[in-house]
Amino acid sequence: MDARPEVEIALIVNGVPVRRRVEARKSLVDFLREDLELTGSHVGCEQGVCGACTLRVDGALARGCLMLAAQCDGSRVETIEGVAEAGEIADLQRAFAEANALQCGFCTPAMLLTADALLRDDPDLDATSARRGLSGNYCRCTGYHAIVDAVLAAARARREASRG
Amino acid sequence: MAEGPARIPEGDSYIGRSIVRPQAARLLAGRGQFTDDVRLPRMLHAAFLRCPHAHARVMSVDARAALALPGVVRVIAGEEMAGLCAGWVGTLAHFAGMKSARQHPLARGRATWQGEPVVAVVAESRAVAEDGVARLVVEWAPLPAVTDPETALAPGTPVIHPELGDNLAFSLELQSGDPEGAFAGADHVYRDTFWMGRHTGVTLEPRAIIADFDPTERRLTVYHSFQAPNMMQDILARHLTLPEESVRVICKDVGGSFGIKVHIYPDEMATCALAVLLGRPVKFVADRLESFQSDIHAREHRVTAEVAVRRDGTMLGMRIDDLTGIGPYSVYPRTSAVEGNQTVRLTPGVYRFADYAARLRVVFQNKTPMCQYRAVGHPIAFAVMEGMVDRVARELGLDPVEVRRRNYVTAEMYPHTSQTGYFFERLSHEECLERLLALSSYRALCSERDALRARGIYRGLGLCAFIELTTPGPAFYGVGGARISSQDGCTLKLEPSGAVTCTTGVTEQGQGTDAMLAQVVATAVGVPIERVRVLTGDTLVSPYGGGTWASRGAGIGGEAALQSGKALKGNILRVAGAMLQCEPDELDLRRGKVVDAVSGAVRLDLAELGRVAYFRPDTLPKDFQPELTVTRHYVPRHQGFAFTNGIQLSHVEVDVATGFVRLLGHWVVEDCGRIINPRLVDEQLRGAIVQGIGAALFEHCVYDDAGQLLTGTMADYLVPMAAEMPDIVVGHVETPTAFAEGGFKGAGEAGTAGAPGAVLNAVNDALAPLGARVTRQPITPEVVLRALGTLP
Repeated sequence: MDARPEVEIALIVNGVPVRRRVEARKSLVDFLREDLELTGSHVGCEQGVCGACTLRVDGALARGCLMLAAQCDGSRVETIEGVAEAGEIADLQRAFAEANALQCGFCTPAMLLTADALLRDDPDLDATSARRGLSGNYCRCTGYHAIVDAVLAAARARREASRG
Repeated sequence: MAEGPARIPEGDSYIGRSIVRPQAARLLAGRGQFTDDVRLPRMLHAAFLRCPHAHARVMSVDARAALALPGVVRVIAGEEMAGLCAGWVGTLAHFAGMKSARQHPLARGRATWQGEPVVAVVAESRAVAEDGVARLVVEWAPLPAVTDPETALAPGTPVIHPELGDNLAFSLELQSGDPEGAFAGADHVYRDTFWMGRHTGVTLEPRAIIADFDPTERRLTVYHSFQAPNMMQDILARHLTLPEESVRVICKDVGGSFGIKVHIYPDEMATCALAVLLGRPVKFVADRLESFQSDIHAREHRVTAEVAVRRDGTMLGMRIDDLTGIGPYSVYPRTSAVEGNQTVRLTPGVYRFADYAARLRVVFQNKTPMCQYRAVGHPIAFAVMEGMVDRVARELGLDPVEVRRRNYVTAEMYPHTSQTGYFFERLSHEECLERLLALSSYRALCSERDALRARGIYRGLGLCAFIELTTPGPAFYGVGGARISSQDGCTLKLEPSGAVTCTTGVTEQGQGTDAMLAQVVATAVGVPIERVRVLTGDTLVSPYGGGTWASRGAGIGGEAALQSGKALKGNILRVAGAMLQCEPDELDLRRGKVVDAVSGAVRLDLAELGRVAYFRPDTLPKDFQPELTVTRHYVPRHQGFAFTNGIQLSHVEVDVATGFVRLLGHWVVEDCGRIINPRLVDEQLRGAIVQGIGAALFEHCVYDDAGQLLTGTMADYLVPMAAEMPDIVVGHVETPTAFAEGGFKGAGEAGTAGAPGAVLNAVNDALAPLGARVTRQPITPEVVLRALGTLP
């Protein structure tokens, strides 16, 4: 029983093909942080509650602590590092900085990915729906007010840009 | 004492501007570097077997199966660990009569709370270390657990540490004026008992530490998610018997702290001892269950309060009795007496009645140790005080605003010393109250509340005035014998390019310390803020200091930065004078250029000055030495603390069928002295308010009678989420301190100080027409339904 089963996986992480042998029990977020040194996804509770490990799997938001790396064989995984470098969320990053919608920064990468998904789902979202949509991501520092302000500011900017 | 605070040099001032924090971009790109992100060569990982009982004897530990596991490097239990680190006692000399037992990194023979570390397993990965823990065979002999503070001192209750004689850690009685006379002469006396639930900080980044020991040089380097690196350096050196200068503590990005990461934890000390033993880096990161079981808890208090009043609402006197259970040990080195001590000393401070008596008892119990968490004592003190003020208003049919106005320490009374000896230089209760009423349209909300009541909608408004203890001097810890610095230094170096590098003893955990200091330095030196770089949190390079806690960053670190900036500017102008062959006072430094002080004409670029000073000093007079690195220190000595004040308003709606409380809005007007960065102050207030709301409505470390923690996950322990939190409107009054040139005070805890009282009063206002009242936090639906009589 001490033999720890391993599996070989091949996936695309931030646009780069990756092939690794991983322990079958290893979570996706541990795989990203430990094996690929992508430390922007954070581990806050390992139970899928706090949302700090939120990332994208095949375009949809997922909890990196609730998925096994082995489940992601053949998948496309995007983390804050890839999304930020691609410039996809530059407007949200700017809005967060200007509103001081982050303090310690630990929840921030996941909060940005969630906010981006909310804006894609509903470009016209209001404060109530932003608050509801962000409720799967805990922030212990800001009290959320500034985060909601930042998300709404980015929503306005996206709407204006699309009308542009 | 000066007439008013000296002005920071006018001109290109960054003081009072909402500068964006320099580290925001990094954190927003996932490029933060938290302790768990650090990986060192040959690094090992520690995991701990923790006691599953609230109180148990450790009969035997069989580690054979764990050691047989490939990848497990070492297993160590209490006795062997005690040979590496002899433990500590969490008492301070200025708490007369205080006692606590010796605490060890790993329990020796007996564990005293569910979650106390007992055995450490070190392995090549965290997963394997946890596999090793799972293979440990420990024989426990459970002992009776002391859980209820009410009976901790009763004759039949077991004594947790027999060598102490009883379960009393600390007691205190305070009296000022003539409380008996006040009660004898009162028209009315009102009495209530308040129960405050245990809760904890829940930093989203759990506690984390990496200890790296080099046996050849006998140097220990520790990466630590922590608030007070010099304190940790001192303690590691003394408890691991290393020279102080051989220990370096580095705090990189810290993922939330709130007072949780400023204490000595046995698992972290064990991790450091293991690194010394093994000569390899060892990492320990608490998982969430470990966080709930072993991060300090706070605020388990039962407070009985009585007020004596005249029929016009004038308060004549007050008596309180505070009983608090702190777990089995007083936490080292700040002690677990501080929370109760501050509770009984802060409670009456907003008001001017003179007659006050308080009793405090701090007792041991078999639960997770309690210690200082954000706003230490304040949330209890002001929930009790303001709860009683609203009780008075309700009983006498008076306006709660009017009762406060009638009893405040008023503007003409400053400087003022409180009933318990706190010195208030100048507070602004009346101004904050008036500002709050306008900001929130309070009277309109009252009318709306009254109209809705007729329709069976129960809304309530709750005020909570408060004071906040900030910027503590050496009387806080130093006089009690703790080696915790109340002074801080700031070193500024002019780089050859004209940039300014700032190192300081205060630290950054998200508050915006770096931005705030850059603003002060850029203003004082006279350079663009983009040319100032701030580095904190490394004991090898920072000036010695206390770190960031007790709202001390701006008041102490800010003033040190201001004085250092002025000194550097003076030295720069002396170099410029030598270069330009004029008197330094004919010159000024503005926006990174040396200018003519009168005309403002540019005389010299700082980069040119740097080039000459560092690379061509041969061109300067032979007897002139440029000094372009300066250090200045600051410690508050004119008052024990720089008190601040403010008032909050909570607006709620109570669903009387379900007991659910809906938050409709929250307002705060706060006076933290001169504001360096308004947005950062607003966000400190908002975040702190939500932590206070969490305490008021949701957060609770629930134990069963046997001392088992029932809330070990985030699904059980409710952290406030975005959807249920209200918008928070922030207003300011600025009363700078005249004791320090910058006029800065602290702002980190005011929100948490007042929010629980405001929510409590709002809920009670909503319930008033139904004759119900709650005095228990968190105010869960069950608490509301019991108050309404819906539940027995």
